[in-house]
Amino acid sequence: MRKIAIYGKGGIGKSTTTQNTVAALTEMGKKVMIVGCDPKADSTRLILGGLSQNTVLDTLRESGEDLDLDDVIKLGFKGTRCVESGGPEPGVGCAGRGIITSINLLEQLGAYSEKFGIDYVFYDVLGDVVCGGFAMPMREGKAKEIYIVVSGEMMAMYAANNICKGIVKFAEAGGVRLGGLICNSRKVDNERALIGALADKLGTQMIHFVPRDNVVQRAEINRKTVIDFEATAGQANEYRQLARAIDQNQMFVIPKPIPMDELEALLIKFGMDQ
Amino acid sequence: MSTNSNIAQDDTAVAQEVRELILKKYPAKVARKRAKQIIVNQIEDNDQAPEIMANTRTIPGILTMRGCAYAGCKGVVLGPTRDILQITHGPIGCGFYSWLTRRNQTRPKTADGTNFMPYAMSTDMQEEEIIFGGEKKLKKAIEEAISLFHPKAIGIFSTCPVGLIGDDVHAVAREMEEKYPEVNIFGFSCEGYKGVSQSAGHHIANNKVFSKVVGQIEQHVEGEYRFNILGEYNIGGDAFEIERIIERCGMTLHSTFSGNSEYEEFASAHTVDLNVVMCHRSINYMADMMEKRYGIPWFKISFIGAEATAKSLRKIAAYFGAPELMEKVEKVIAEEIYHVEAVRQEVKARCEGKTAMLFVGGSRAHHYQDLFTEIGMKTVSAGYEFAHRDDYEGRKVIPNIVVDADTRNIEELTVEADPTRYRPRKTAGELQQLEQREHMGFNEYLGMMAEMKSGDLIIDDLNHHEAEVLMEKYKPDIFCAGIKEKYVIQKGGVPLKQLHSYDYSGPYAGFRGAINFYREIDRMVNSNVFRFIKAPWQKNPELSGSYAWNR
Repeated sequence: MRKIAIYGKGGIGKSTTTQNTVAALTEMGKKVMIVGCDPKADSTRLILGGLSQNTVLDTLRESGEDLDLDDVIKLGFKGTRCVESGGPEPGVGCAGRGIITSINLLEQLGAYSEKFGIDYVFYDVLGDVVCGGFAMPMREGKAKEIYIVVSGEMMAMYAANNICKGIVKFAEAGGVRLGGLICNSRKVDNERALIGALADKLGTQMIHFVPRDNVVQRAEINRKTVIDFEATAGQANEYRQLARAIDQNQMFVIPKPIPMDELEALLIKFGMDQ
Repeated sequence: MSTNSNIAQDDTAVAQEVRELILKKYPAKVARKRAKQIIVNQIEDNDQAPEIMANTRTIPGILTMRGCAYAGCKGVVLGPTRDILQITHGPIGCGFYSWLTRRNQTRPKTADGTNFMPYAMSTDMQEEEIIFGGEKKLKKAIEEAISLFHPKAIGIFSTCPVGLIGDDVHAVAREMEEKYPEVNIFGFSCEGYKGVSQSAGHHIANNKVFSKVVGQIEQHVEGEYRFNILGEYNIGGDAFEIERIIERCGMTLHSTFSGNSEYEEFASAHTVDLNVVMCHRSINYMADMMEKRYGIPWFKISFIGAEATAKSLRKIAAYFGAPELMEKVEKVIAEEIYHVEAVRQEVKARCEGKTAMLFVGGSRAHHYQDLFTEIGMKTVSAGYEFAHRDDYEGRKVIPNIVVDADTRNIEELTVEADPTRYRPRKTAGELQQLEQREHMGFNEYLGMMAEMKSGDLIIDDLNHHEAEVLMEKYKPDIFCAGIKEKYVIQKGGVPLKQLHSYDYSGPYAGFRGAINFYREIDRMVNSNVFRFIKAPWQKNPELSGSYAWNR
């Protein structure tokens, strides 16, 4: 079972990219579980065809400790197993602690059991690594591989670099490794070369460049992944390529985060190239 | 005189040597900081003590004696009051371990008087409240408490997680008070991590009790010569002894903050004519604020030690100024001292010349030196756990104390004279006259160092390494600290007297308290039991042999 966590700046397209990649993996015959680690609980919407998931933490609150796995796992597109951690409303409590509780509970309930024949677990994690709770998928080997969704925008790259610092911190204890950067294009000038160079600096690879296409938006409105909504679209093939690249990936590294001035220098170099 | 100064020179040399030895063990940066907190006392003719660094963060990794802000607020200042229902908002450990059932004693005025001390109340915060917020559970706890106990007042005490997840205890207090207007409900932002030590919690407690409780009730118990004692916490029943003496003298102790106290006494405390301060560190804020808002003068006293008790009673009587009161006080002192003196002489014969060390609290390390002096014992080294520079060097240094980020973290209330209730108890002329004639020391505290000898070693925020060096070099006859130090010291062969809970004995305040203390110290320093710390076989092997292969 490969355990993968997807990190990246808020709004960069982690949930969309994750779900489309998962859909492509299931097409390849892989069995996948998605664990949404965002209090908004919207990491499995496209796989489930809508938001109808009981979150782990809500269920825990309502029924106490004696809950069944079936209460919190729903099957979506091609049998993909979907879990949402859930969490408090904005401005209340501690969402990070919620993620920790939720993942521990899933382990207790046997969500990762051999009997489900799961090939891949994907953790879709909220925004940046803001606190210890959101680093949970990286800790203690809960996830072994990290992919960072990034674009050529400064803040997205800055976040990617910060996440790498988190990976370094947990690499020794938890054995976590960076599998690569996924560039989710924002049509920034020279974006492919820029992210390629960033990947080089960090000591990793750009595992795939996902171009921008409005079919993603149309599919989302229909509560579907592109694979499900328009299987023949060129964008669907992009996700299939990404899925294949992840499936065949052999490059797992402890990244080398770069200082702020180097990051800026990179941006100037590729931005000025015009 | 020349012998005295020779002794001081010898003491200074020893203290300097010990200081060097302590500092030698530390990395350079730590040594630099600790050097400012370990001071060889040097008192010049003007009573000016050398500067000491105090009330700064303990260096991580050092085994400190200190507690947290929550402990200072809930445990120390509010803990001893019996009818304010106290709810700890947090995981159960904080509430349970600050219950202090061995330390806090109380006596309701009537057999059916309210007393919540046998209860430890907590919201028992669980993981669910950490994740989703604990305000709902807190409201439920308050409603449950009101329906079961019908308290006059409820205090909510914040623990660390409350601050981390952002529960607003003050908003909950307001909401609940609107729903139950007959109950005075107030919250304390005394999360454990606030400030440097428990001292932060004392200040937070002072602020809230002053703004939400004092001045709520205008009616008060009638009586002559009415005053409050601030900073007396009834450890081991100290308050009972002090109350007994004051009653004998015919004065009215209106309220004690907060030993053996009740809500209504706090609420009407602004009606008295005088505040006297025992523990300057924990409650000087209250004394200052009550003077500014209501016009009540304050001065420092101490009921620890027979001499100090007599002196304090005389000062209070002189403040009220009635000749019949002063006469009565003298009569009481004479009678009480008669009993004290018999025991004192007997004990002194056995304790004379022995040495003591005190590392405790924010006033106790100072006050208890008087008791030791009375039985001929010398304090060779002392320090506070959580006091500030003014408690060491005197209040005159307050303007020079650097305000750092930790201090700014604690709210400083701006207090003005109450438009209707401000009433100067004495004219400026009267106060000045009292000061000149009786040396009252209004608004003054000279601090511990000024009253110690040159050559004594003063250590702020003592730690285990330093305690071990002190033990080895000074070999004191008794060490006074708390439970965290007790067994380390005793295993080193020196008896340790706890001054946080009195090892479940006491009282030690007042005249009878002094007798108890003399007897207790006599028992401890003259006990043979500490000779047996080393087992016989540790000194001389009972069997001897050699390894076969050495033959």
